[in-house]
Amino acid sequence: MPAVSFAGVSKYFYQHSGRMLLRDRLVHLLRRSPKERFYALTDVSFAVETGESLAIIGHNGAGKSTLLNIVTQVCAPSAGEVTFEGRIAALLELGAGFHPDLTGAENVHINAAVLGLTRRQAHETFDRMVEFSGVGDFINEPLRTYSSGMVLRLAFSIAINVDPDILIVDEMLGVGDQKFYAKSMERISNFRHAGKTLLCVSHSLETLENLCDRALWLDHGRVVQIGPAREVIRAYQDSGAPLARAKGLT
Amino acid sequence: MWHGDILFLLQNLVVRDFRVRYRNMSLGVLWSLLNPLVMMGALTFVFTKIYPSNVKNFPVFVLCGLVPYNFFTLAWINGTTSIIDNSGLLKRIPLPKEIVPLASVLSVAAHLIIQILLLLASTLIFGQGPNIQWLWLPVVWGFEIIFVCGLALVTAAINVYVRDTRYVVEAINTILFWLVPIFYSFERIPARFAGVYQLNPVAALILCLRNILLTASAPPNSTLVKLASVSFAMFAIGFIVFRKSKHAFYDHI
Repeated sequence: MPAVSFAGVSKYFYQHSGRMLLRDRLVHLLRRSPKERFYALTDVSFAVETGESLAIIGHNGAGKSTLLNIVTQVCAPSAGEVTFEGRIAALLELGAGFHPDLTGAENVHINAAVLGLTRRQAHETFDRMVEFSGVGDFINEPLRTYSSGMVLRLAFSIAINVDPDILIVDEMLGVGDQKFYAKSMERISNFRHAGKTLLCVSHSLETLENLCDRALWLDHGRVVQIGPAREVIRAYQDSGAPLARAKGLT
Repeated sequence: MWHGDILFLLQNLVVRDFRVRYRNMSLGVLWSLLNPLVMMGALTFVFTKIYPSNVKNFPVFVLCGLVPYNFFTLAWINGTTSIIDNSGLLKRIPLPKEIVPLASVLSVAAHLIIQILLLLASTLIFGQGPNIQWLWLPVVWGFEIIFVCGLALVTAAINVYVRDTRYVVEAINTILFWLVPIFYSFERIPARFAGVYQLNPVAALILCLRNILLTASAPPNSTLVKLASVSFAMFAIGFIVFRKSKHAFYDHI
């Protein structure tokens, strides 16, 4: 049974739906202008088996985040079918769901509840989350006094300690310093050894190659290639797409 | 979907909104006492010195109007903008979205408790003792909270699609200050409008509070029935409207 499977999934948005003022609505109503669709994903099919790890690569705007949002069920696909097995945890984007005026501890509690922990589980894992993040005494200071690395470390520590069946990591790898990076990589590989499923988005191709068995290359919402991570990443690099950051790899 | 502990989440969101509101105020909770007290003073001055009204105990009388009005307006506007305010969260986690406007209204209700204590204290100070009818207070306030929850669910959903909604809500709130009996008594309302007035839960609540606190009488049954039925109907409408529209939120926030 695949942990996640996509069959012919498309997701489109209506262009101009970003302008949500009353005036625009009325004009729209009167003119009945045809809405133009923007396809973020077109006919995407793949499956991730339980225990497997999949990297999703592509340019900015290729549809990577939309794909992850469909996996986390934050949004529904416009067409096609998605099936899931297991409990999913997404890493929060930098700052999302965190409130700068609340302390680190208060934010940890809220995020634990948001990610679906019960009161007891939140209580039990609190110390582990704080310790892993390494923010130390800052935990009782407002989040706005944190460095951006500290915020990310805290967000990462919460998500990894929620103990999901499927972990989704969006541009969060390589946060913090070398020490934290090593620690989080170790945590992710422990997670993988426990037979859990991992989905990663990152522009750090080196990290993805180390972490993932397979890769999915998206371009303008379409699947270009899916296969063994090394192969797909090579092909992606050879297409001349990723520049400076990938050069360190070769 | 989301498999968490919904009550634990609700509690966390309520506490968060409450804390965020007071965190950056050096006077903290005192602010929520200051606003009604200043308004009470100003209105008492106007309606005892400039336009003398024949209402006894005017300060308590006007506070019975101000506290429900303040609660209603603040809870409604916070609830209306709550989905947009929490878009960062809702775009990343598949939460049951209803919880966001409800938490927003309930956090204002937490702040309401402080104002109710002020109302009770001023009732005692101005010479009305406690009476058995005070037991009605949680009931009538409960109806009011249910009503605002329903209303906020509707406007929060509309606000996702039409961002001007919050300004409409603000405008209605301003008008409402005159159209609910805050500084005038219910008896002054012409008979043909009185029935309609009672359908407005804010006006009905004010009427109930004055009965309970000032004349130590139970709220009239007809008012209670109207208050309860409008509140529950609004709550049901709120859930239906929200449920029907929430699927497309993601594309708009």
